[in-house]
This record gives sequence, structure tokens and C-alpha cells, in this order.
Amino acid sequence: MMRKKSHWGLIGEYVFLTIIAIISVFPFYFMIVGMTSTSQNIVAGSLAFGGELFKNFQNLFSNNLGFVRALGNSAWIAVIQTILALFISSLAGYGFVIYHTKLSNRVFNTLLLSMMVPFAALMIPLYRMFSALSNTPFEIFGINTFASVILPSVATAFLIFFFRQNAKAFPISLVEAARMDGMSEFNIFTHIYMPSSKNTYAAAAIITFMNSWNNYLWPLVVLQSDDKRTIPLVLSAMGASYTPDYGMMMCGIVISTLPTAILFFFLQRQFVQGMLGSVK
Amino acid sequence: MKDNLARRKNRMGWGFFSPSVILISVMVFIPMIYALFTSFMAGPPVNMHWVGLQNYQAMFSDKTFLTAASNTFLYLIVQVPIMLFLAMIISVMLNDNRLKFRGLYRTAIFLPCITSLVSYSLIMKTIFAPTGIANKLLMDVHLIGAPIQWLTDPFWAKVLIIISITWRWTGYNMIFFLSGLQNIDTEIYEAAEIDGASRWKQFTRITIPMLKPIILFTAITSTIGTLQLFDEVNNITKGGPGNATTTLSQYIYNLSYKYTPNFGYATAISFVVVIAIVVLSLIQLKAGGEDK
Repeated sequence: MMRKKSHWGLIGEYVFLTIIAIISVFPFYFMIVGMTSTSQNIVAGSLAFGGELFKNFQNLFSNNLGFVRALGNSAWIAVIQTILALFISSLAGYGFVIYHTKLSNRVFNTLLLSMMVPFAALMIPLYRMFSALSNTPFEIFGINTFASVILPSVATAFLIFFFRQNAKAFPISLVEAARMDGMSEFNIFTHIYMPSSKNTYAAAAIITFMNSWNNYLWPLVVLQSDDKRTIPLVLSAMGASYTPDYGMMMCGIVISTLPTAILFFFLQRQFVQGMLGSVK
Repeated sequence: MKDNLARRKNRMGWGFFSPSVILISVMVFIPMIYALFTSFMAGPPVNMHWVGLQNYQAMFSDKTFLTAASNTFLYLIVQVPIMLFLAMIISVMLNDNRLKFRGLYRTAIFLPCITSLVSYSLIMKTIFAPTGIANKLLMDVHLIGAPIQWLTDPFWAKVLIIISITWRWTGYNMIFFLSGLQNIDTEIYEAAEIDGASRWKQFTRITIPMLKPIILFTAITSTIGTLQLFDEVNNITKGGPGNATTTLSQYIYNLSYKYTPNFGYATAISFVVVIAIVVLSLIQLKAGGEDK
């Protein structure tokens, strides 16, 4: 009796999870089919592969939306942002552990408050701030520059928290031993802490890269000229046109998803660790 | 001696965390204070003047604001519970060690998280086009007789936004629940089994209480995320039809960059979002911590 009941429960679990899994994966199948189809077939809900793959790609790379340039812009912004954010935030996360005092704990708790601030509330003051830099000697940080996209996300409470959690597990005896050897505090950080925390850096890099690569609202606000646009802005423009070329759009979507898909499939453990970051 | 050490530590420490402290101050805290002042002002961006509480008062008679606020609230109270419940059920099932292919299921259900918000929004828009695959499948299985106007019907457009967000974020929340479940000692379940507790009872009496911190965490992050909803509505429905799906974030964006810029009013609305986030987070923290 008892056994039969749990047997049915197991079948129910398989059915339920299979349905959820199919729903989760279906849009991926749909976009891959879409890459090979004509616009008409895609909106008509065709699920069969077509023969338009080459033509769709040709349209994507030859139209005037500047997809290739956007790929370069997005990659450049994401790489610089990741390097800066990892360095600055890990420096702080490590510092808050190794040199913790009552005061530094209070400073850290204050920084955590910034996680509660919605971006919508920062968008306007930041926009005005960066606009004010235009036509000044600091123009390179002004509106419509990559710097203005990157700077607000270089130091984030989330990353500092993430590195602080990791640094807590870092053996302080290593730091003390290095001090005895006469190593400078900064060199201890770069030569001992950093190499021993590769997994943490990988997880943080994945999450930062992905956030930057996929960022939409802030670039939409600050990047005003077409040649500066990032991938999400170009894709959004494709979708918003009156007669979207769906085949071309699906090619663009697949290309834009590839970097994160590759990171996910090759570094799954660090990928998930980066997302879990804040609760561990 | 000890004093000396503390002072030295402080000095070294600031060398490490001052870049972050400066950046977060300049990019978050100072803009917040600036925004607070702006919310009491009106006029063109170059020549704003003090108007006191006028912006805050204007909201009560602003139809678009009220629609955006009620839409945002609707997404919050409908979508977040559905998604968190689904995520919890899925992770409890995936934690059943009799189940095969658990890794495969987990990967498949997590997969939506690798898409960018813009990309998945455009895919959803295509799937739910009037002649699209969603309507076709629903008609094939005779669930509906005529195509649903997902993008142009005020009711179904909201449903579409909710379906879309749920698709994108359920797997994300699932991994938090899975990591929480791994921390529960299996012996507790074995003991409950011996005492004759049904699986449902085990779920409500053991799993849910043990997962409370995770439920709290996911509820707060989902609340903060939903209150800032922008990318999806801007790319799936453009906030339409009319303003049927628009959100507070989208309205703030439109007020600042689409219509004649009205920064004062827009920042006032953004403070409503700030207050909503603080209040809702405190309520959830209170509700989640009351057992302790």
C-alpha cells in the first residue's frame, strides 16, 4: 500500500518535471529553428527547420543597425567592467576581513544599504551627473561614453560582499607568514590571496560579465549615438521596428546568448556559485 | 601598543576599501541625496525651481501613475508567489534521490537564466504573436477556439508579462532552494517517516520551516526585482495596449527620456519605489523572523 503510493508519486514527479523542462527549453529550440526560417514562417509558428540560415546571417551583418559594431562595443564594455569590478571589489572585500575594526564593519554595513537602492532612482541623478561632465576636461567620462556605462557598476555591494565571504575562509596565518618574510600588504593581496581564490574570481567574473553583457536600461539612457550602441540596444531596436525581420533577429539573439551559454556549459559550478553568491 | 596596532590596521584597511567606498558614495549615495532634492523641484532640466511637495501630490490625480503603480503591484502579488511556489516544488522534487536524470532536469530548468532580458522578451513576443506558435499549440489541443490577442488585449498582455517573467526566473530561484535543501539533514525525514508523517506533512512541517531563510531571501530579491521591472514590458508590449502593462520604472523612464523631460516628477516617483522596497522588505523580514 505505502509502496504503491510512493511509486505513483514518483511517476507524478517525472511527468511534472518533464513538462517544466520542456517549457524551459522550448524557446531555445524555437530560436534555433527561427535562425533558419523566413520571417513569415516564424510568426506563423512553424517548428520545422528552413533553409534561410545563410540569408538571415547575411541580413544581420549587412543591415544598417550596426550589429557587428555593437558586438565589439558590448565585448569591450563587458571585459573592462569585469576587470575593474573584480579588482576594486575584491580589494575591498579582502580589506574588510583582514583589517577589520569596529569602524570598518560600520563602513561595510553602510555600503550594504546601497543594495536596496533601485536603479530607477539612480538613473536620473546619474544621467545629470555624467551630462555635466560633457564639454569639460572630464569629457571622456561624460554622457555617451563607455566610461559612463561602466563606472556605476565598478564597485558593487554585491561583489564586495561576495569577496568578503570568501576572504573570511582565507587562512590569516598565510598573511602573517608573508608579513614575517617582509612582503608588503599589497603584494600579499596580489601574490597570495588572489592566486588562491581563483574559483571565487571565476564566479565573480561570470556574474559581472553577464550583467554587463545583458545590461539594457542604463546603456539605453546614456549611449545616445548609434555607433556606441550595445547588443541589447540593437536587438531591442530590431524588435521594435514595424516589420521586424524575425529570422535575422533570431540570429542576433542566438549570437548574443552564446557567450553566456558557453560560460554556463563549461564553468557550470562557478556559474551557479556566482549566482548563489549572496546567500552562501 | 594595542591602540597602535588598531590605528595601523585602520590605515592599511582604508588603502584597500577606499576605492569602493568612494565609488559607491559617488555612484549611489550622493545621487540618492541629489534625487531627493530633485523630487521637490519642477521645471525644465536646466532651470529647476523648488515646488515643495507638489510632485508627490500630483501623483494622486495622475491616471498613468496610478495604472503603472497598480500594474507593478499586480505583477508583484501574482507573479512572485506563483514563481516561488513553483521553484520550491521543483527543487523538492529534484531533491528526491529516487529520481533519475536529476542533473539533466536541473540544467534544463535553469537554462532560461542564461538569456538576456531583452533577448528572451523578444522571443516571448514572437512566440505569443497573434498567429504565433503559442496560439497554434493551444488551438491544436482545443484549449482555445480562437487565437488569444496576447499583445493587444489588456488582460492577456498582463498574463503574458507574468508568464514571461516566471519562465525566466523560476530556475534562478530554484537553485537557491536546492542549495537550502542540501543543508537539511536527511535524518530528520527518516525520523518523520518512522513516526508515520505523510510526505505532505513532511513538506509543510519540515521542509518549509527549514527553508524559511531561503524563502525570505528569494521573496525579498524578487520583490526588489519586480518593483524595478522595465526590460520585459519595454520589449514585449511597450507598456501597451494603452498603459495596460506599463510599470513604475517604465513610467519613470518615459517621463525622463521619452516625453518632455520632467526630472522632478520622475524622481518623486522613483522615491515611491524606494519607499515601497524598504517597506516591503521590512514587512517580509518581520514576517520571516517572527518565529524566532
